[in-house]
Amino acid sequence: MPNHSEVSPESASPSNKFNLSTAKLTAMAKKLRRHVITMTATAGSGHPGGSLSAADIITALYFKVLRHNPENPQWSGRDRFILSKGHAAPILYAALAETGYFPVAELATLRKLDSRLQGHADRKFTPGVEMSAGSLGMGLSFAIGAALAARLDSKTYRTYVLLSDGECEEGQTWEAALSVAHFKLDNLTAIVDCNGMQLSGWTRDIMNLEPFTRKWQAFGWHTIDIDGHDFDQILSACQGAERVKGKPTVIVARTIKGKGVSFMENNAAFHGKAPTREEAERALKELE
Amino acid sequence: MAEASTRETYGKTLVELGRQNKDIVVLDADLSASTMTSFFAREFPDRFFDCGLEEQNMVGIAAGLAASGKTVFVSSFAIFVSCRCFDQLRLCLSQPELNVKIVATHGGITVGEDGASHHAIEDLALYCALPGFTVVVPADAIEAAEAVRVAARDYGPFYIRLSRPKTPIVYPEGYHFTLSKAVTMRQGMDATIIAVGIMVAKALEAADILARQGIDCRVINMHTLKPLDEAAVVKAASETGAIVVAEEHLAQGGLGSRVAQTTAREKPVPMEFVNLGDRYALSGKAEELLQRYGLTAGDIEESVKSAVKRK
Repeated sequence: MPNHSEVSPESASPSNKFNLSTAKLTAMAKKLRRHVITMTATAGSGHPGGSLSAADIITALYFKVLRHNPENPQWSGRDRFILSKGHAAPILYAALAETGYFPVAELATLRKLDSRLQGHADRKFTPGVEMSAGSLGMGLSFAIGAALAARLDSKTYRTYVLLSDGECEEGQTWEAALSVAHFKLDNLTAIVDCNGMQLSGWTRDIMNLEPFTRKWQAFGWHTIDIDGHDFDQILSACQGAERVKGKPTVIVARTIKGKGVSFMENNAAFHGKAPTREEAERALKELE
Repeated sequence: MAEASTRETYGKTLVELGRQNKDIVVLDADLSASTMTSFFAREFPDRFFDCGLEEQNMVGIAAGLAASGKTVFVSSFAIFVSCRCFDQLRLCLSQPELNVKIVATHGGITVGEDGASHHAIEDLALYCALPGFTVVVPADAIEAAEAVRVAARDYGPFYIRLSRPKTPIVYPEGYHFTLSKAVTMRQGMDATIIAVGIMVAKALEAADILARQGIDCRVINMHTLKPLDEAAVVKAASETGAIVVAEEHLAQGGLGSRVAQTTAREKPVPMEFVNLGDRYALSGKAEELLQRYGLTAGDIEESVKSAVKRK
């Protein structure tokens, strides 16, 4: 006989089981940054700059905010996290490994033939990866689908999506921004990792996005501006977003590309270039 | 021949499927009155989402719904739901092999008066290029209903192309459709016409004309372009020694290319191709355009004679 008194995993909504303190989040973010340096240096290619700018946001989500279960990546009640800026796969892989989706040792296989860790995040191969990404501007659309499904099925999970500011140059992002507001998806939180840079330089020089926050407001979103490297601000913004009803929330997180490694900070050269062995050693020393 | 609308049949079939399966969700891009998803929208308003003129966004939304366990039907005109959102089809549906069914109406030049901007004549090449996609072009409304039911039943990304005008009925009621299993519509030993969509009825007409001239023509409806029924192609090549492929599409990348790839490898025989060649069509009535651009029974007849002469 089935035990009906047991709480089914479908209906349970535990909080994040790691629930790290701010001090521990800071230490974990440093650890994940070290993984990014080692992984990309070992692979000899990859995107460290945009991974490092997103490191604190990703750490806060996986170790404090998201309700997720690394032992059961397909748990239907899990909060969805969608990495729209698919080139930041190294920081996502680091978080997935450290939370237990796969062994930390596997991070060394990034970008190698037959690895589960493809160059850009790919839902077909990696446990915990919700969506395939790499061509920019598509993640918010996918997130709408996940959020609509929650509404249709009366599920309480929340959908988070991380975009880059550069990818907001893609028109599809604004198609999606219109429709999230139109469908009144208050169960969706978008976070934009605004590091101000893209592949070949400053976003303001290549294709100016400002006034950025006001654009989202004009599209019908509740907006929260934060420092994307301040855990207290990241956490309170995520909590604030959950309280907003009837409209979606975007957290505009101002960040520094390459954050944590002096010679990578605000340096577009490290957008899509891995550190050499010597550079990696210097970087790891700074991240001790 | 009696005629019926493939898109109207689609709309009605979708309602029937929606009653059976509560996980079916339908998306459209402001064309539901034309694609006939409006029938579903009326009966299941909670499971219908009009995405506005945002085809790229619509494909991404479909992927998110499918990844959450939904069987998602996405409809628009064939031109907008192929060319406009190809990168999204590739990354969001093909690569992750998600359970989304693109059912496009207004395929080909029989869209007519709206002109070249609205004539989807490269859609089959695009969809056949995407790994994992099943590509079906029904020959009539009866087959359209069957194909839509199979798409709802079988997991994976589908593309089904329907037409704007009513099209001739070539099947009896009760016809049973099997995916990737070509249908021999008429036996014959001198040549084979392999056709798809509206060209199946024209191929049957051509075979009648040819029979009166003593040419015994086989007609195959290759409703599934991908995965292709290669065995039927090889059998036709071996037994009849000449093949004509007829489709409402550009010369490159559609059924003709796919059949030729099979015969080139397995059984080379003289072949001819009835299609739009390498050009866009003008505005005009559907039948006028089919005449002008060489997609009539007479064009098929001439091609069969050329192929037979080369045997």
